[in-house]
Amino acid sequence: MSEHHHKETFVTKYIFTQDHKMISKQFLVTGMFMGVIGVFMSMLFRMQIAWPEKSFTIFEAFLGPHQTDGVMNPDIYLALVTIHGTIMVFFVLTAGLSGTFSNLLIPLQIGARDMASGFMNMISYWLFFLSSVIMVISLFVEAGPASAGWTIYPPLSALPQAIPGSGMGMTLWLVSMAIFIASSLIGSLNYIVTIFNLRTKGMTMTRLPLTMWAFFVTAIIGVVSFPVLLSAALLLIFDRSFGTSFYLSDIFISGEVLHYQGGSPVLFEHLFWFLGHPEVYIVLLPALGITSEIISTNSRKPIFGYRAMIGSILAIAFLSTIVWGHHMFISGMNPFLGSVFTFTTLLIAIPSAVKAFNYITTLWKGNLQLNPAMLFSIGLVSTFVTGGLTGLVLGDSALDINIHDTYFVVAHFHLVMGVSAIFGMYAGIYHWFPKMYGRMMNKTLGYWHFWITIICAYGVFWPMHFVGLAGLPRRYYSITNFPMFDDLLQINVVITIFALVGGIGQIIFLANFFISMYRGQKATQNPWRSNTLEWTTPVEHIHGNWPGKIPEVHRWAYDYSKRVDPKDDDSDYLHGEDFVLQTTPLLEGEEPS
Amino acid sequence: MLALFYIFIIVAIGVSFWQITRIMNFRSVIASDQDNAKQGKYSIYFLVFLYAMMIYCLIFMNVIMLPESASFEGEHDDNLFNISFWLIGIVQFLIQFLIFFFTFKYRGNKDRKAKFYADSHKLEAIWTITPAVVLVVLIGYGLWQWNNVMDLSNVKDPVIIEVYSQQFRWEARYAGEDNILGLGNVNYIKGINTMGVNMSDQNSQDDKQVTELYLPKGRKIHFKFRSQDVLHSAYMPHFRAQMNCVPGMVTEFGYTPKYTTEEMRLKPEVIEKTNGINKIRMAKGEDPYEFNFLLLCNKICGASHYNMQMKITVVEQDEYDRWIAEQPTLASVIK
Repeated sequence: MSEHHHKETFVTKYIFTQDHKMISKQFLVTGMFMGVIGVFMSMLFRMQIAWPEKSFTIFEAFLGPHQTDGVMNPDIYLALVTIHGTIMVFFVLTAGLSGTFSNLLIPLQIGARDMASGFMNMISYWLFFLSSVIMVISLFVEAGPASAGWTIYPPLSALPQAIPGSGMGMTLWLVSMAIFIASSLIGSLNYIVTIFNLRTKGMTMTRLPLTMWAFFVTAIIGVVSFPVLLSAALLLIFDRSFGTSFYLSDIFISGEVLHYQGGSPVLFEHLFWFLGHPEVYIVLLPALGITSEIISTNSRKPIFGYRAMIGSILAIAFLSTIVWGHHMFISGMNPFLGSVFTFTTLLIAIPSAVKAFNYITTLWKGNLQLNPAMLFSIGLVSTFVTGGLTGLVLGDSALDINIHDTYFVVAHFHLVMGVSAIFGMYAGIYHWFPKMYGRMMNKTLGYWHFWITIICAYGVFWPMHFVGLAGLPRRYYSITNFPMFDDLLQINVVITIFALVGGIGQIIFLANFFISMYRGQKATQNPWRSNTLEWTTPVEHIHGNWPGKIPEVHRWAYDYSKRVDPKDDDSDYLHGEDFVLQTTPLLEGEEPS
Repeated sequence: MLALFYIFIIVAIGVSFWQITRIMNFRSVIASDQDNAKQGKYSIYFLVFLYAMMIYCLIFMNVIMLPESASFEGEHDDNLFNISFWLIGIVQFLIQFLIFFFTFKYRGNKDRKAKFYADSHKLEAIWTITPAVVLVVLIGYGLWQWNNVMDLSNVKDPVIIEVYSQQFRWEARYAGEDNILGLGNVNYIKGINTMGVNMSDQNSQDDKQVTELYLPKGRKIHFKFRSQDVLHSAYMPHFRAQMNCVPGMVTEFGYTPKYTTEEMRLKPEVIEKTNGINKIRMAKGEDPYEFNFLLLCNKICGASHYNMQMKITVVEQDEYDRWIAEQPTLASVIK
């Protein structure tokens, strides 16, 4: 391995790098930057919801022409919720989460020197960067950024007459998303190829850590569903710019009949949700994979039901591609389709339940090392269950009629995919920070960060269910026009206070992250006493990951606390320690687990 | 004001970084036994907080929720909802207990040894089959109810009403004597013909255009929805009814009102909610609120999305007959 001797310049090392570890850090920092914007937006519109039409200096400072004397305009309110959704779902939880940890962990955990194609990996990051830049630029367009909801249903998103954000802002949104999808596809293909072809000797598919399975399946879902969103976006661009009628028909707006004939917005909804629903699992599965790894390591126990976990990931992935219609029960599609989608949707509860119970059984009789990463993983299981259970209500078409598009939905998906995935991302950052930067993050700040975040997450989203059950539709700029909702205002104030505290609390994390990068304690090679391969590489990053030969793998990743006598819990550890690296050969007579 | 605000922000950031750097000087980074003990204790405190909040919301937020279904079809919705909610409520309380109690009970220390427990087909079978069985019940009931609501094919003598949405208001058209709606298309929109009704269609002549809905109690209402510009959604929460209005197509929904507006106002839960609202309105010096059924827009449709509403009044059949007779036919309005 002599090829890493050539001199590296600043540009090839930090900017146009092809090293997967550096690319993963680029994804993380870009994702965090976008995350700050997304969370900040949510704090702004939460203030508007709690204190409608009140004047705030902070609006004056940040909303520029979209406020009058510190009062937010309705158009920018819709723009803020739109861009908040877009940024959080795609830029933070898809690219920021998957991009970061797939890139960091895939080569390290399967025993490869780098991704299958370092060049494509680099392209993937720079396309993501470009799309982020365009998305940020779209915030400064004169008529305002895209504001038709993150689902950008036409005709609203197609007609600038309908809402000002559907002008230049929407064009930039579509261009940004098209580039984003290209980035995501290139990345996903790379992940799949790498996991298929570059596993080290002995690393069979059934010895892969669950993180690898999660990233692998996520990449497959992405490759299957993202192109459909691209085609949906292209057809929308055609409708907007070239006068075609894929989604538009019979429209009378601003005093004139438009020429569009024969299209249907329902077609767009189908195309959008064919990505949109799998997207939920593109966001969630990596977080669940990370959690599996962290819960097992910090419980000092093997993950319970390894094969069942793989099975449930595959089942969730398969089902996720045939349930998109549950977003469209009342869209005007054939009611019979609604029945089919209800059936497939509720089936997802089974693999999800298996996963939740397996996590809990892994905790049972463990020796829990409550590091910040572990707490965030436990928090993930908690919010995943809370949010997942209400899915049983929403997935049932008959019940969905009445709570569709209310705050009940907002509470449900924020808990099950938003908060859960963010928790998975935080857990991953705390856990693999030493691998990324060679230093450790501060523990005390980590604990503060966790407790503030989980209390605020529940404080925001648990009461929000009841606001939804009172019948309050989402995306209302103000609820004061409906006396019937007057009693919800106080609850909204409480929710907003939790949201503001939770949002500001993330500063603790940002500070911890950036200060630890330079001043944190130096990491040891295997700080969490973990089994997986990434902890056999040196702390200092080198091209090619391992200085000598790539290690050979002899066992699965979860031999924690393996005993001399498997039946006797009091007997000694088989290998003298409560963890056994995957590279350790089996002892004579040792049963592989 | 703005300058003060910027100064405040800068000071706040400065102070928090100073504090945070101080904490950063504690260099221990991996959870010790003391940390495990402390965090395990906190997880019990958090469990108490979570339970308290869940119970508080479940009890005290009951009053703000929608009253019982005002349509016959919605009864089963309420029923199914209650079954689902009890079920997920119990599971939620149990599982959250397990998660945070285990975090406390098995908090790590030097003397503890984790149990090597990698698999149990029996346990896995239990938590695969149990949810599956429960789901069969929920899916079965749900699909039966879905068909119940969505099937409008065998309705005898319905009241046919077209609801028409546009940025940012609702209009409606009753089918008149013949109970058939005349055809409509955006190309016919002109002057007072705001719904684009084709007046050369014979069925249009006796149609009646209104801006407020009156519904007779106990008769099936067959709604047909059209939209003029963008997607809207006709949401009638009290009747457990909702359907999108899609430009270029006609969508349908139906229900049978169960209570008149007057009867609804006398329900204890409605009185309680109304009193609560009026207390708040009184404090702000606003007019008192009286319960009414409403149709709201529930699909993002533009700047005034938050202000698209139409009043619905449910009355007895004879009062409905009197009201509908008073409304002018389209033929007499649009010459």
